[in-house]
Amino acid sequence: MSSTDPKSGPAPVVRVDDVTVAYRSGTVALEGVSLTLDRPSICGLVGMNGAGKSTLFKTIMGFVEPTRGKVSIGGRPVSAAQKENIVAYVPQAEEVDWTFPVSVADVVMMGRQGRMGFLRMPGGTDRRLVAESLARVGMADFADRQIGELSGGQRKRVFLARALAQQASILLLDEPFTGVDVRTEEAIIAILRDLRAGGAIVLVSTHDLATVPAFCDSVAMVNRRLVAFGPVATTFTEANLSRAFGGTLHRFLPGHGLPAGPDAAAARGLALGAAG
Amino acid sequence: MTTAEIAALLAEPFGYGFMIKAIAGGAAVGALCGLLSCFVTLKGWSLLGDALSHAVVPGVAIAAIFGLPFVAGAVVAGVFAVGAIGFVERNSLLKNDAVIGVVFTAMFALGLFLISVFPSNLRLTTILFGNLLGVADADLWQVAAVGALAVGIVALKWKDLLLFCFDAGHARSIGLDTRLLHGVLLGLLSLAAVAALQAVGALLVVAMLITPGATALLLTDRFGRMLVIAPALGALAAALGAYASFFLDGSTGGLIVALQTAIFFVAFLFAPRRGVLAGRRRAAAAAEAAP
Repeated sequence: MSSTDPKSGPAPVVRVDDVTVAYRSGTVALEGVSLTLDRPSICGLVGMNGAGKSTLFKTIMGFVEPTRGKVSIGGRPVSAAQKENIVAYVPQAEEVDWTFPVSVADVVMMGRQGRMGFLRMPGGTDRRLVAESLARVGMADFADRQIGELSGGQRKRVFLARALAQQASILLLDEPFTGVDVRTEEAIIAILRDLRAGGAIVLVSTHDLATVPAFCDSVAMVNRRLVAFGPVATTFTEANLSRAFGGTLHRFLPGHGLPAGPDAAAARGLALGAAG
Repeated sequence: MTTAEIAALLAEPFGYGFMIKAIAGGAAVGALCGLLSCFVTLKGWSLLGDALSHAVVPGVAIAAIFGLPFVAGAVVAGVFAVGAIGFVERNSLLKNDAVIGVVFTAMFALGLFLISVFPSNLRLTTILFGNLLGVADADLWQVAAVGALAVGIVALKWKDLLLFCFDAGHARSIGLDTRLLHGVLLGLLSLAAVAALQAVGALLVVAMLITPGATALLLTDRFGRMLVIAPALGALAAALGAYASFFLDGSTGGLIVALQTAIFFVAFLFAPRRGVLAGRRRAAAAAEAAP
């Protein structure tokens, strides 16, 4: 195990308990969602645009207060987990201002900032972890680049490196495979598997249903409510997918190259009709 | 004219106490606003900076009426404005810029009304256009204290403020108090706004809070360097503007902002990597390299 893996053993249990989120505009983004992530695993979060994936992420991160229900991490409020730096969030590319005058190394160092002292002066451990994290995502040669100079895949790697440097045991990745090349996708998946082996809980929202059976242990499907949640083998079924995606799920044509799914029906049900 | 005569002419402003105060005070205000302009430009708070610079006016007016320090009135008014903007935004479907526009113009109008109706030692022209050459010692000390406080806070916490501007979500997820950081930055902006009010007037404060940062962003792609370049440019323009207004007998505030804009324009054209000409050169080189 690399030293950028969490040191503190298995991640604490993430419990989402009967969470409803209603926005001021009257929109109910989530309704009565309950799910528990209690062991090191990779969980895919799928659903249509506007189904509440982002809201669920924001609620787990503590950015959005549930109107009803609660989220706890290790039996304690999210704010306690934040103080311990154990939850990391890898944002979507659109959420980042790429013209910002910071270098790749600056961004990864931000993963260490919560663990630094009052003046936020990086120490030897911080520098070592930044260098290791960059090397692990294959971006060591880009440390001094301004972040806007990177390609789409490189940008994702940098923010993943920030989460690695943070040594978080719970990682939330928002659409990590959007706009990346196959090589980056494989590299990211390999790192997520390493993190799981190191005891981390990884939650990945994705449009790309085809990748879900390839690397996720469990899957959560949301469509305002939680449509289905459980191990990929039993939950990633055509019936559940069509409930989550309504009529927008189209079948692939026969013979289209698909990753080996848990069963043939589910594999045929893999479709990108919902991708937006 | 002999060289000695020219030197004597150029040194003439330094023979007057009010000029020395104006140049030093202007430089201090320019540096303070330049420092904060780094955060304003990166956070996308230009409109909010403009709003605060107008919203502090009723606070200053009320402080003047009751003989209180301007700074206290300005900060209270600034906090009130931000609170009011947030309250209206949360309870309506209006977009942020519309709410800011409604609130700050209302407060500015109230300030103008108060100044015109209640007699105090505060003049409307000072509020609108600044009066750097006539700045009183007490005001200068206020600015100095405010500036020292602001520089101290930024020096200690610039990394957290930077992270808040760059990625507030991550800042929060690692346990930083983003509400506090938000409040600190707005408080610093209110303080800078009232300091700059004396120098260039409410109408031009926003230039002091944006232009140096915008110029620095054209010259560097590292935040640490930006934090040095922007205050330096702000101080230089303010000191030069105050100095030159002695000879030109024109509006000091106008000169300072015009100088800042001139520097911005030079950077816009000639910045080594991010300037217009550098971009043209790159495009031409790329076109030549293409088959």
